[in-house]
Amino acid sequence: MSSLISVNNLTRHYGDFIAVNDISFKLAAGDILGFLGPNGAGKSSTMQMLSGNLAPTLGEIFINGIDLLENPKAAKASLGYLPENPPLYKEMTVDEYLQFCARLHLITKSQLNKVCDSAIERCGLGEVRQRLIRNLSKGYQQRVGIAQAILHSPPVIILDEPTVGLDPIQILEIRQLMKTLGESHGIILCTHILPEVQAVCNRVQIINNGKLVYSSDMDALLNTPNTKFEITLSSVIKRDELSGHTAFKAIEMIDDYHFIAESDFDADKLSAYIVEQKWGLTRFTTHEVSLEKIFIELTAGEAGTSAAEEAA
Amino acid sequence: MILTIAKREFRSMFLSPLAWVILAVIQIILAWSFLTTVDYFFSIQSDLSTLSNAPGVTDLVATPLLEVTSIILLMIMPLLTMRLISEEKRNKTISLLLSAPVSISEIVIGKYLGLLFFIGTILLLIIAMPLSLSIGTELDFIKLLSGALGLFLMLAAFSAAGLYMSSLTDNPIIAAMSTFGLLLFLWLLNNNTGDGGTNILNYLSLHTHFAPLLRGILNTSDIAYFLLFIVGFIVLTVRQLETQRLQS
Repeated sequence: MSSLISVNNLTRHYGDFIAVNDISFKLAAGDILGFLGPNGAGKSSTMQMLSGNLAPTLGEIFINGIDLLENPKAAKASLGYLPENPPLYKEMTVDEYLQFCARLHLITKSQLNKVCDSAIERCGLGEVRQRLIRNLSKGYQQRVGIAQAILHSPPVIILDEPTVGLDPIQILEIRQLMKTLGESHGIILCTHILPEVQAVCNRVQIINNGKLVYSSDMDALLNTPNTKFEITLSSVIKRDELSGHTAFKAIEMIDDYHFIAESDFDADKLSAYIVEQKWGLTRFTTHEVSLEKIFIELTAGEAGTSAAEEAA
Repeated sequence: MILTIAKREFRSMFLSPLAWVILAVIQIILAWSFLTTVDYFFSIQSDLSTLSNAPGVTDLVATPLLEVTSIILLMIMPLLTMRLISEEKRNKTISLLLSAPVSISEIVIGKYLGLLFFIGTILLLIIAMPLSLSIGTELDFIKLLSGALGLFLMLAAFSAAGLYMSSLTDNPIIAAMSTFGLLLFLWLLNNNTGDGGTNILNYLSLHTHFAPLLRGILNTSDIAYFLLFIVGFIVLTVRQLETQRLQS
């Protein structure tokens, strides 16, 4: 299967500063890729390079198999892009604006109205289509931005923080829309709202200090077998006493009653074991690997080591 | 594709009050100037009839009008060109164009064409005034046409320079001010009186190439000068935007 986006050794310098450092990844049809990173990690620079707004210092970008740097016009035809700031001409009405975007993306005259109508419907813009974009609320403006990106149903859609400024119901609608689009298109979702990535994406990548530090399938991430359990007991237990039991491989005490244990046992077996010891088990939960924990571990850890390197 | 961008540019000018205000102001000032010249023409008409080779109404009314127009528009063109690219950069709408399947030269030429449409509108309104004289008298249409062509080329050259200045900054006011400075400088270059060295400066001045066209003298070299001027600044603008994509 050919990939929709293929990025090889992408690097971008701003003077001496390296914003994006040797990134490579692929996006296949049907993928919704969550692109995460703390502020200033190089997310937006990467997106700008993918959309042709910024020229890379080094590296290659293929969109739908076409080299973006060699043949930008053909490559950009397969691309829908919503930048951080939606690029709206505020003096136009929603209808006029979308028709202009459609023409820019080489939609033929006969298709023009159909394409615009479907985008307006999908983004819930029906009521405001005759109004000036300037007078719309932030949420509606954001939706016009999304409509612009999906208008010509491009194989690749890049959304840079699409749900900023939307209310909770709109966020759910847009997430639903992204899932529907994701079935037939490849989407890159750039955000720092972690639950959003967990809800929508099937792949996740984390970028920090310009480097790709994590890349995984969402399924693999969420279904890693659990070896950690959070346990609360009603009696005070000493750490030494617990360590004596072979059931626990490692123990991390939170307070006198409450600890996190690593074990080779599965949940069923371990809970039965604890009950047998008559310690007064009051709470037993699996200690979940969440995206948030991975994110904090990777980005904070990275910052820590680089600070240490500087000190040395 | 170029036309799509040009049409949007042209339409969005009329969506802001600026274009209407500019059209109104130009029209009022020029109408006043036109009326005073017509008045002047009437007052000297009897003297003219005694001359054997007297200048006609085209020379005495239409040509001065076009001359005044060029000076007024020298001051107003920067206001029209200042937003072209700088505002797109400031509002980040330029990324819509950059991520669409359009090349940078198409974007620049499209915007330039949109402005030319607007200049055409201004010119039609202005030419309508001397044309209205043809009801009562005979005009030298060829001379008028040559003058209009000269004015159009001149305004097109102003626009090209303004377009380039607008691509250098994301602040429209700075773009307007530097365009004004550049145009005024190019206009005044020929005011150097004296010898030798001023020939080149004279040649570079916009006014040197505009004046013959006003007098009905159609020189290939003058037209080539304007075309080169326009193409030169458009190419510079494209280069400028390409460079910004690499650096910013």
